[in-house]
Amino acid sequence: MSDKLLMKGNEVIGEAAIIAGCRHYFGYPITPQNEIPAYMAARMPEVGGVFVQAESEVAAINMVLGAAAAGARVMTSSSSPGISLKQEGISYLSACELPAVIVNMMRGGPGLGNIAGAQGDYFQATKGGGHGDYRLIVLAPATVQEMADYTVQAFDLADKYRTVVMILGDGHIGQMSEPLVLPKPTGKTFDKSAWSLTGAKGRDQHIVRSLLLYPEDELEKLNIRLQEKYKLITKNEILYKTYMTDDADYLLIGFGMCSRLARGACDVLRKKGLKAGMFRPVTLWPFPSAELAKAAAGKKKILVIEMNAGQMIEDVNLAIGCSIPVDFVGRMGGMVPELETIVERVETYVK
Amino acid sequence: MSSNTRIKEQLIMKRPDSMFEMKNHYCPGCGHGIIHNMLGECIDELGVQENTILVAPVGCAVMAFLYFKMDGCEAPHGRVPAVATGIKRVHPDKIVLAYQGDGDLLAIGMAETIHAANRGENITVIFVNNANYGMTGGQMAPTTLPGQRTKTTPKGRNTSTEGFPIKACELINTLEAPVFIERCSVHNVPNIRKTKRALKKALENQIEKRGYSFVEVLSMCPTNWGMQPVDGTKWLEESMIPAFPLGNFRDRGAE
Ligand SMILES: Cc1ncc(C[n+]2csc(CCOP(=O)(O)OP(=O)(O)O)c2C)c(N)n1
Ligand code: SF4
Repeated sequence: MSDKLLMKGNEVIGEAAIIAGCRHYFGYPITPQNEIPAYMAARMPEVGGVFVQAESEVAAINMVLGAAAAGARVMTSSSSPGISLKQEGISYLSACELPAVIVNMMRGGPGLGNIAGAQGDYFQATKGGGHGDYRLIVLAPATVQEMADYTVQAFDLADKYRTVVMILGDGHIGQMSEPLVLPKPTGKTFDKSAWSLTGAKGRDQHIVRSLLLYPEDELEKLNIRLQEKYKLITKNEILYKTYMTDDADYLLIGFGMCSRLARGACDVLRKKGLKAGMFRPVTLWPFPSAELAKAAAGKKKILVIEMNAGQMIEDVNLAIGCSIPVDFVGRMGGMVPELETIVERVETYVK
Repeated sequence: MSSNTRIKEQLIMKRPDSMFEMKNHYCPGCGHGIIHNMLGECIDELGVQENTILVAPVGCAVMAFLYFKMDGCEAPHGRVPAVATGIKRVHPDKIVLAYQGDGDLLAIGMAETIHAANRGENITVIFVNNANYGMTGGQMAPTTLPGQRTKTTPKGRNTSTEGFPIKACELINTLEAPVFIERCSVHNVPNIRKTKRALKKALENQIEKRGYSFVEVLSMCPTNWGMQPVDGTKWLEESMIPAFPLGNFRDRGAE
């Protein structure tokens, strides 16, 4: 039996990154994720790693670029406004096919917004954010245990596909303390010797670049390669969870924090004799479209629950081909939907 | 190489071994090519070619790594010192070069410039000051001289609304951490030689793990200055050097 610990979500991300072999962290303070840089500042020297407090999120993401190009397992973390600043770098990382893990503990927006947990960066994370045709693998944990597990997994995914993986959490789960068992290292190793920058000793030079001036011979070819990679990721890496969906009449859908609410609402509704089930995408990209379509088949109604204006509804409707009516309960600006609101809304479907 | 010492002594120019046999893409009379060659010679003499990683800027030198038989990395516009920091923190024993233009280093990348210097990153920054944005067709740079005409200062840089040239060496010289700061020029042979000596010292500092070195090189951009190459060297000497005095500002390596 492994020990159960009580840890804060943000700190767990730091420890899980270290378990995964990350020895380079670059970040800039922003609430509600300040526990991550603080944890890394204390912990990295203990494991022979590097912590740098960068001068900005822009600098931090470019330090990530350098460290990833040099072949390291590297992570940065921030919250919404800081993630906006990182977008140019994320586009470069994607174009240069560099592996990196980026944590976004979302807060209320737009603008400076506030420091309460929110989910307003769904579009930014799943639809691009920066310029050009690229994708991130986006993992949305809902518990402190999952923060640990998915962080470890994120590093393997990043290396396996030479791509950027984002952990999309929010201020609530980042600040929450829950019992967990720390994951073990996966033991997977990835050979980076064919492309990483280590000095051209006894081999041809390696160049990490995204400037490809010839449209047909170079840049389109890179784009085609990227799209093929994204297809492969979509085929292999979709993660989702369901709760009492089989016999359900009503399907509640939420990611991260809102999946906890959806699950709680299902329990209350079942006690009231209403058959509700929950579908929860864990990878927001690739979105579990086929899996959702299957789970939704024959349901009377879908209710999407989010801490934003309904950003995920587009993906839900694409998945089910608008075959079932989709309703929405959401709060914005750092507010969390109330369980009673969700329950009451579902109750109106029977009347 | 020939063992004939007479030939060796007479050989005044050859392509550095650390550089590829290829024509460069720079305009006639451009300073970038000269600076590349000096850098290549230093790398040869110090024997660090296989151990060096060059970070190229967004600017005319965007593909600088194609000329050197070394590993190379691109950086978004202005972020060369941050990318170099990331590489150096992974490979503290490799030589990491940050090559930048004046728009890159002093405008969009000012924060990265100052903070990498202030952290005393053990890297070598090579700053090519040509008083304008070369790659995008000659707009005003932070180093554009008062009254100098550029695409975005068609009547000349107006200091009352556009400020004055930023002096990078003087600025960096206000910080504690840097170990070497020097401004050189490549407008004539004696100064090219001095530039090479400064580059070599800057590289030696990094090899010896002494810390951050900064070499500013005043460099010709005849194309965007609207001049013939020879007139470019003259304009550099007569207009740029008075505004950006040459010399060493700090040399802790020598202490
Ligand atoms: C974010 C961003 N903004 C603007 C540009 C366009 N751009 C490319 S090079 C350049 C200026 C380069 O000038 P400088 O740094 O002085 O180098 P030079 O070309 O003179 O050597 C600019 C503005 C860009 N590539 N990226
Ligand atoms: S535009 Fe200027 S800096 Fe660029 S290559 Fe031509 S001369 Fe050199």
